[in-house]
Amino acid sequence: MRKVLQPILAVALGLALGLAVTRIAGESPWHVLQILWKSAFGSGYDFGMTLFYTTPLIFTGLAVAVPFQAGMFNIGAEGQLTLGALAAAVVGAVWPGLPWPVAPVLATLAAILAGTIWGGIPGWLRAKRGSHEVINTIMLNFIAAGLASYVTLYLLKNPDTQNPETRSIGAGYLIHQFGIFEGAPVSLALPLAILAAVFVWILLWRTVLGYEMRAVGQSEPAARAAGINSGRIRIMAMSVAGGLAGLVGVGEVLGNAGKFRLGFSPEYGFIGIAVALLGRNQPVGVVASALLFGALHKGAADLDLETEHVTRELSLILQALIILSVSADGLWSWMKKRGEA
Amino acid sequence: MIRQLIASTLRVSTPLIFAALGGMFCERSGVINIALEGMLLFGAFGAAVGTLVSHSPWLGSACGMGAGVVLAAIYGVFVIRLRADQIVAGMAINMLAMGLTPFFCKILYDVTGSTPSIPIAERFQSAPLYLSWGLVVICFLWMKYTPTGLWVSFAGEHPEALGAAGIRVNRVRWVAVLVSGALAGMGGASLSIFLSSSFSRDMTAGRGFMALAALIFGKWKPLPTAFACLLFGFADAMQIRLQGVALWGGEPMPVQFIQILPYLVTILVLAGFVGHSRAPKALGTAFHEG
Repeated sequence: MRKVLQPILAVALGLALGLAVTRIAGESPWHVLQILWKSAFGSGYDFGMTLFYTTPLIFTGLAVAVPFQAGMFNIGAEGQLTLGALAAAVVGAVWPGLPWPVAPVLATLAAILAGTIWGGIPGWLRAKRGSHEVINTIMLNFIAAGLASYVTLYLLKNPDTQNPETRSIGAGYLIHQFGIFEGAPVSLALPLAILAAVFVWILLWRTVLGYEMRAVGQSEPAARAAGINSGRIRIMAMSVAGGLAGLVGVGEVLGNAGKFRLGFSPEYGFIGIAVALLGRNQPVGVVASALLFGALHKGAADLDLETEHVTRELSLILQALIILSVSADGLWSWMKKRGEA
Repeated sequence: MIRQLIASTLRVSTPLIFAALGGMFCERSGVINIALEGMLLFGAFGAAVGTLVSHSPWLGSACGMGAGVVLAAIYGVFVIRLRADQIVAGMAINMLAMGLTPFFCKILYDVTGSTPSIPIAERFQSAPLYLSWGLVVICFLWMKYTPTGLWVSFAGEHPEALGAAGIRVNRVRWVAVLVSGALAGMGGASLSIFLSSSFSRDMTAGRGFMALAALIFGKWKPLPTAFACLLFGFADAMQIRLQGVALWGGEPMPVQFIQILPYLVTILVLAGFVGHSRAPKALGTAFHEG
């Protein structure tokens, strides 16, 4: 019971604090809350956009949750998803003629592969060189941004526009969008994200590898004493995480833009940290909190137009306050475990 | 050309040096400071607003430092008092700064994202640059030769020993966190009222993380850290200078490779491929005052 209650309280506290801040701007918090709700769920299109934002957050939330279960902190989802999306777009732009079922599958595999490599590097560095994954993943985020910018602007520049984006991918790559959302780009990536959550649940709680990951996460020396190769487990956890983050590229490139656009992600990777924390690093929790953060993101988007003084950045303030409320409380038990290790 | 490059290297390194020195106090005392980026941004905003109100860059940078301290205090409450995970809370503080600055901009100036520009007479011309290097020397002497400097190192290396000697570890950490906020705030001030003419949204553009990288590259010591900042500043200045310069094939220079260099070097250093860098032993662990 406490497990469910605490995150809900944290969200309530974070929302209350964040909405109270809008008073400074002379807005009624209740009015702001109404706008948030209406803009996130008010119509089929609005709800579709909420789901569109929810999809990448499920992937990045899972990409933070899996290493967390193995005792590691993945701040690199942003870089992993950037390269995943880039890889999907590169495949689609280099071989535009591929037919439908083959093409999206190939692009998806490319996205997974790129993410896996980018996640595996800090895993390997932690396992073999002992350097901390937090700094390494932050650095790799910047390196990924640089690489993506180079490929986009120098190798695959879209000749038809001044926008920083790659050439369009072939028509065979585009995946199905659901019509019921009045044009919001909700694509097959959403069921794929749910599948990924199921995959993570099975991985963590129904396989030997997952058991070993959780063992390393709870106490690395104990796991090693039990004969678990903790280095290998850490590399695996980070690689899986990278692959999951890379899948963000499917919804963005194959399901929405049809190309790679520099800066397409409003920091999905960082919001994923909040998603994982609030979801207690459990797949079901991740899906639920991804929906919450997706709704916040979409809801805040209309604040610019609908209020005098409150801008869409309110969603960042709300997210920060929710994370702080969760972290002050929910993380203690995990840290205690790590402190004893 | 060379002189220009040196001058611009020194200029763009200034905010990095302030932020990295701030990060040094915090991390040497055992508190990770991922929140440097947010403190830098908040400081840049506070300094711009302060200067616009007071018409004095000195009062303005005091406001910037104050803004950094406020954010550092929030961070301190969560990581020292509530023993929240330092990385999680640090990321949240960064988000908070990214959200609050445009929010206040809108309230104060009714524009999204940036403050009105500050006339050149009310901006710094070169003072922060000299100040930053003076500070490097002071920090070096402070950490090495004063008892309080020693306390900071002990709080990060052997907190139990410091506690046993009768010094309140968490009090030392509090001071270190607040000092780090003030210095990062000054770094922000040198961004908004020295290097540019106003605050604009997300103007720190990862400089807080770069300062963190310089800190690691500099092995958490003042002088090497300052030189790492210079090196990263040089990469930045080169990159600005080479933007749009044509290579021998007539192709424009891909500056991205210069941009990613500092980050790549940091990874290599941290992994022990190039030199070696060791973090304070108790970095990232909360101290339970018994």
